[in-house]
Amino acid sequence: MNDMIAIYAIVALLGVPLGIYIACALSTQPSRVDTLFRVIETPIYRLAGVNSQSIMTWQVYALAILKLHVGLILLAWLVFMCQGLLPLNPDGIPGMKWDTALHTAVSFATNTNQQHYSGQAQLSHLSQTFAIVTLQFLTPATGLAVLVAIARTLLVARPAGTVKGVGNYYHDLTRTVVRVMLPLAAVVALLLTSQGVPSSYQAAHQIEMLDSQVEEVQSIPLGPVASMVAIKQLGTNGGGWYGPNSSVPLENPTPLSNVIETASLTIIPFALLIAIALISGRRRLMMGIGAVMLTFSLISTSVVVSSERMPNAALVELSQPGANLEGKELRFGTDLSALWGSWTTQTSNGSVNAMHDSFNPMGGMMLLMDMFVNVTFGGVGVGLIGFFLYLMLAAFVGSLMVGRAPELFGKPLETREMRWISLAILAQPLVILGLSALTVAMPGAAGTSNPGFHGLSQVLYEFTSAFANNGSGFEGLGDDTTWWNLACVIALMVGRFLPMLVPLAVAGWLAAKRTAPAGRGTLPMDSPAFMGLTAGVIVIVNLLGFLPALVLGPIAEAVTQGF
Amino acid sequence: MNVDMKRQIAANDDVLQAKASWGNALRFMVVMAVLLGLIYPLVTTTLGGWLFPEQAQGSLVRDVSGRVVGSSLVSQTFVSDEYFIGRPSAAGNDAGDVSGSNLAPSNISLRERAQADANAIAQRENVSVDQIPVDLITASGSGIDPHISPEAAELQVARVAQARGIDEATVTALIDQALENTGWLGSPLVNVLRLNVSLDDRFPVSSTTAAPLTPAPVISTASDTME
Repeated sequence: MNDMIAIYAIVALLGVPLGIYIACALSTQPSRVDTLFRVIETPIYRLAGVNSQSIMTWQVYALAILKLHVGLILLAWLVFMCQGLLPLNPDGIPGMKWDTALHTAVSFATNTNQQHYSGQAQLSHLSQTFAIVTLQFLTPATGLAVLVAIARTLLVARPAGTVKGVGNYYHDLTRTVVRVMLPLAAVVALLLTSQGVPSSYQAAHQIEMLDSQVEEVQSIPLGPVASMVAIKQLGTNGGGWYGPNSSVPLENPTPLSNVIETASLTIIPFALLIAIALISGRRRLMMGIGAVMLTFSLISTSVVVSSERMPNAALVELSQPGANLEGKELRFGTDLSALWGSWTTQTSNGSVNAMHDSFNPMGGMMLLMDMFVNVTFGGVGVGLIGFFLYLMLAAFVGSLMVGRAPELFGKPLETREMRWISLAILAQPLVILGLSALTVAMPGAAGTSNPGFHGLSQVLYEFTSAFANNGSGFEGLGDDTTWWNLACVIALMVGRFLPMLVPLAVAGWLAAKRTAPAGRGTLPMDSPAFMGLTAGVIVIVNLLGFLPALVLGPIAEAVTQGF
Repeated sequence: MNVDMKRQIAANDDVLQAKASWGNALRFMVVMAVLLGLIYPLVTTTLGGWLFPEQAQGSLVRDVSGRVVGSSLVSQTFVSDEYFIGRPSAAGNDAGDVSGSNLAPSNISLRERAQADANAIAQRENVSVDQIPVDLITASGSGIDPHISPEAAELQVARVAQARGIDEATVTALIDQALENTGWLGSPLVNVLRLNVSLDDRFPVSSTTAAPLTPAPVISTASDTME
């Protein structure tokens, strides 16, 4: 209980000043810390040959994102396949096969960090840092940059025609990385090292077991682990150094390290509510959004916590009665494993400190639902962007309900906008359910490790996690096959770029339109009633899309078990 | 509209002509990869290794003679009666091959494995199945959980004391010394390797190697998959 209080307190108390700081860091106004950070930023701009003061239209901004990401995917793909020939490989790990390498590159370039490999055994120190840590900084920073660009364009009221662009991608990205992510990650990395997370470039220890009757040697892989785990947690990335992620004592050694890592899951997504409130000046709107998110979050966490406190159905009468400890670490117990599971699926982080495959059915179902919604705080930047997407749909529905022409912040929502908004929302059930159906239908493609209803849940979870850019899994799944790798690449790409770039485009289109003055019939977007409508739209859209699939998976599993 | 504003707008229009070129994107990528993928890990890893040398190298445990016998963060396999055993592992207690069982509660294999583990424990400790704490029959998430609950340690005291020919109070006192997480966070747990090393340090096992062996506990390797 103390741990849980500490985690919530850290997020609440540090999140507010962090939000104020982020708003400051991303502002184009001069500030006191400029001189300090320009030492790093100016050489970056100069070496890259970019003018950080220039302004991009939304089209150029989006193009800059896509071009950088094509480069990053190719670079990472190459590093993974050639790691056997490259330096920083003390354990002599060979290159990855092409499809696993492609999936890994795309998975990390989309802020997903879904892993079809075990890091400590299949990636060199160079791959883990040069390829992966780089992406773990740049992808959340991209989400944050796009969010700020949208906020500047959509939320700040300005007369039509005066908005010439949405900002400069390289400026926003560099500021986020240098002023926000790097300092935070460095502090967290040192704190984690103090708790026992390895920080070393040495090869694995090989140790004979103490019991002389056990003639086995255990290996203890090391590496610059702490530096990766820090940004893995802070950047809603989730891809860990070791296969089972932060359940591994070397990646999450103590209750204190668990408090730090759990708080790191949500601190930036939470702080962004405050940052955007300051940047846009729409405090009531952001408070309303925060209230909806907090409500969803508390519901999810209490369901998962109470589910995991119940015994595992397979173990009844084989021991003293107890909670579901299968797949969980004792130093966290079931409550802190459930809290982590709930937060990691809400925030699209996807790191785990317990095995979700072995959660009780109701707990597992809640994790799936968190990922369907995906805007309960959500990924760094993209969580709020996703919320804006739902907000646009709610504004459309709400305007029609009160008999007005649909509008958003005084700008008319017309056919072009609504077509793209609908596409971005409908792509989710289409891709997840379509690919799941295909996988189950093809003989031998699914690779499920658990029989019956839970097998279907494993397939559904994998594609949901890919589309939500989450990265966690029901990890018993035999997912390192060409089919799984390529099918997930599709879900990863669509799930990342469509819901992120459509709101940017809508913001750009709306900025060019004339603002209608607010009248008596105008829908007040920051009212509790409208927030209730938005929450309702989120729930209804997701239930319509996924309830049948949930009935066939976790609900059927729960019913056949008796709870 | 005054001249300054006109100039401002003209300047704005000029900047808007700026394209997102491939050259800028690729150069930016290389600069960032060097900063974030090489310099940042190098700086934090060096600093961490210098500030916390023990923790940074895997928290190694040494016996009384200074020999490295393991890591306090990685469980080991114990089969002899002289040692406390840890939780079932789907990874053979090898940190190079970490894994949970990933068995769903609805999977019959999970019940079969737990049944076998529970029977083996009941036989070895001479207790009935319903006295076994649940952590001893559930595989951890990592497969290298170094801890057991104080109750699970208590269950094994009689067997270990008898195998080593020492009295139970001595063993119980060593359990108290091997407790971790006794502070404000977490709940107290026994580090199995630390406990066994302290037993070996005080009562070397070489004097009791003649003790008869019981069958090895069933170590589950139900997971055939990877992350």
